[in-house]
Amino acid sequence: MQIHPILAALRRHKAGTVLIALQIALTLAIVCNALFIIDQRLAHISEPSGVDEANLFVIKNLWGEQYSTQQAVERIEEDLNTLRQLPAVQDATPVDGYPMGTTNEDNFITMKPDQRAPTTDASFYTGDDHFLRTFGLKLIAGRDFRPDEIENKGLRDSIVPPVAIISKTMADKIYPNGDALGKTFYAMTPTPITIIGIVETLHRMDVSTWSAPYTGESMLTPVRMAMPIGIYYAVRAKPGQRDVAMGEARKALFAENRMRIIDPKDGILSFTEIRRRAFDSDRGMAILMGIICLVLLAITAAGIVGLTSFWVGQRRRQIGVRRALGATHRDILNYFMTENLLISLGGVLIGVLLTFGLNLWLVTRFTLNVLPLTYVLGGIVILLLLGQGAVLAPALRASRVPPIEATRPA
Amino acid sequence: MLGYYVDLAIRSLKRSPGLTLLMILAVAFGVAASMTSYSVFRAVSGDPIPWKSSQLYVPQIDIWGPKGRLDQTDNNDPPDAMDYAEAVDLMRAHRAKFQSAMYRVSPSIVPPDPTMHPINVGGHAVYSEFFPMLDVPFKYGSGWSAESDAQRAAVVVISSKLNQKLFGGANSVGKTLDIDGKDYRVVGVLDNWNPKPVFYDVVNTGGFTTEQEDVFLPFQRAIDVAMPNDGNTNCSEMPKGSGFVGLQQSTCVWIAYMAELDDKAAAAAYKDYLDGYFREQKAAGGFDWPLNNRLRNLPEWLASEHVVPSDTKISLVVALGLLVVCLVNTAGLLLAKFLRRSSEISVRRALGAPRMAIYTQFLIEAGTVGLTGGLLGLLLTWVGVWGVSWVLPKEISTLAHIDVSLLVLTLLVAVVTTMLAGLYPTFRASRVQPALQLKSN
Repeated sequence: MQIHPILAALRRHKAGTVLIALQIALTLAIVCNALFIIDQRLAHISEPSGVDEANLFVIKNLWGEQYSTQQAVERIEEDLNTLRQLPAVQDATPVDGYPMGTTNEDNFITMKPDQRAPTTDASFYTGDDHFLRTFGLKLIAGRDFRPDEIENKGLRDSIVPPVAIISKTMADKIYPNGDALGKTFYAMTPTPITIIGIVETLHRMDVSTWSAPYTGESMLTPVRMAMPIGIYYAVRAKPGQRDVAMGEARKALFAENRMRIIDPKDGILSFTEIRRRAFDSDRGMAILMGIICLVLLAITAAGIVGLTSFWVGQRRRQIGVRRALGATHRDILNYFMTENLLISLGGVLIGVLLTFGLNLWLVTRFTLNVLPLTYVLGGIVILLLLGQGAVLAPALRASRVPPIEATRPA
Repeated sequence: MLGYYVDLAIRSLKRSPGLTLLMILAVAFGVAASMTSYSVFRAVSGDPIPWKSSQLYVPQIDIWGPKGRLDQTDNNDPPDAMDYAEAVDLMRAHRAKFQSAMYRVSPSIVPPDPTMHPINVGGHAVYSEFFPMLDVPFKYGSGWSAESDAQRAAVVVISSKLNQKLFGGANSVGKTLDIDGKDYRVVGVLDNWNPKPVFYDVVNTGGFTTEQEDVFLPFQRAIDVAMPNDGNTNCSEMPKGSGFVGLQQSTCVWIAYMAELDDKAAAAAYKDYLDGYFREQKAAGGFDWPLNNRLRNLPEWLASEHVVPSDTKISLVVALGLLVVCLVNTAGLLLAKFLRRSSEISVRRALGAPRMAIYTQFLIEAGTVGLTGGLLGLLLTWVGVWGVSWVLPKEISTLAHIDVSLLVLTLLVAVVTTMLAGLYPTFRASRVQPALQLKSN
């Protein structure tokens, strides 16, 4: 296959060639960046929570009036008894925040009390000796809290816990040598906190963009919050009985004491729903980008089909001459395929520059991540295949032009 | 002549229905995608109080210094909310025309109707000047007075929605409401007032939220009854004291603040006051870092808080990219289409048609494609705006809507951009050499 005659012919269709190449270039730039965004969002959505998601649900329980800490402590104890006695319930624990939830508490972590720049940032969970069991967290080192370690605290009481259980991600961050157990750290506290346990995974309470560098860094302190306004109950159902337990829990709590507020719609949420809501915007963005990619690829393919068909129509006579001079079907087919390949190559060449340009802009403007080279390579392959696929039909039609066309006037 | 060109255009477009359909679809999809994302962008980036936004200011005082920031990426910006001491000092100084410190609350209400269950509502603890400062519309009654602020009166302003729920929409001014177990007198019922973003307190609401603002009560009253804040509390160090009082004595920031300053001079004077306040505190030994205050007006403030989600902006950019690709595509197809008619052009030119006539004819043809694409695009935009409610989070998607201006803009964008895409092909068509074409036939 000789390239030279193709180039010579293309020179006669400069504008059309440039427009197709430009379209391919722009498509490459947008598709690469969009696919990258999709992938980042999907990775975010599938971050592990570390909890027993299938059987867990959370009740947002408000007292309906302001309680003192002591009143709240008593009410929480009653409610927990009620919940734990339900046949479909495994365990329950009061919390003021849970993974991927709507409330968030996080503290700077330092290794020394007077350290200026924090070592890292961790989600600050409070929980009792039922926390690990209720959430189904996997303790990989050390021990759980003992009941006598748990302190009752009211809203904004100062918490200076002597011990904590931390996630492995956080342990690896502050003690990279893997010897965190038994060591200490500070979480904006005046006194050091000793690490008594490490859990395999515990997601942060938030899923926000700013905390992306600290994903999976969480600490749990032996504190039971007795909030004046209300409290969350995390409840773990027996395997497969979550929906039964959710119904039972609402009924039992209201039967025990009618004076409380549990929103009829959003008061009790399964963890499946909690996860779905947490990543609502990420899922939406991934779907939007996906739709745009599909439309973009379809339009570009259709554009190539359209323009090549026109070129084939325009060159019927020339094709006829070539066929009359002995060119085979295959030669003609190859001609158009190669022509498209050349244009596409030109397009992706400019496209690579545009891709990185767009990515650079997104990085500086919206602090997105830098596009890995694999995406660009993948994008190039997709577009080259798309071009070849799109050109196939018009090229086949061209190859079927009979030699007799040579004798017909244009 | 124009009608004749339209007729010609339609004939020509009918001659190659495949190519025409392709162009129309490309224009329609490109326009619909960009208009759909624009409708979302427009909804979240609009000015919530356009007649006054440049007179509303948010002061920021650097009470933490550099150690309170996890990283220095955000232009070394001071905390975006206030601690209690600072908010009360600024309120006491009363240097602006109107000002209000505020914090978000989430109290429980026991409805007057004993058969109803208690409900949980959202709202803000504010000062009396909040209402005139933000031109808050009232259906019944009004806000409370400065005396009520000082007396820490148990008064409340409720939303029309809450009024509907509790009092059946009747004038409830003077009625009593049980909030967190204490009685409050209703002094005002808001008319429909639901600004988006919740510009007066974006720090504690995130700007866009599906949660309602149902009650407004006096700030100092809420402090007195220890109504806890329901929003962000940011601390650079652990509060030393316990409970809500401990929070008030700490340097944790949790209070939003807004002031109305009518002109540049007033704003400059206020900035001077803030700087003076900082120096005073510094002299008293509080701060050992340099002056780093901010006084931003509402639009600047909303921008610095990144209230418009970056996803919305990225979507808009990508959708505009799609539109550009669609137009390049259309330009290519128009070029092919126009040049195929070289002989027709030559005949017209040979018979005396000036270049201008060729221009008009082909631009009208491009415009026809644009208009048809735009009409289809309208339909697709409608589907798109309806579709975003399935895809995007509720607090944002419910704000996107179609109105006359969006419809007009959609058609305009479709026609204008398609004609732009048709410019080069038309130029090429007008350059066709009649002699060459006529001879070769």
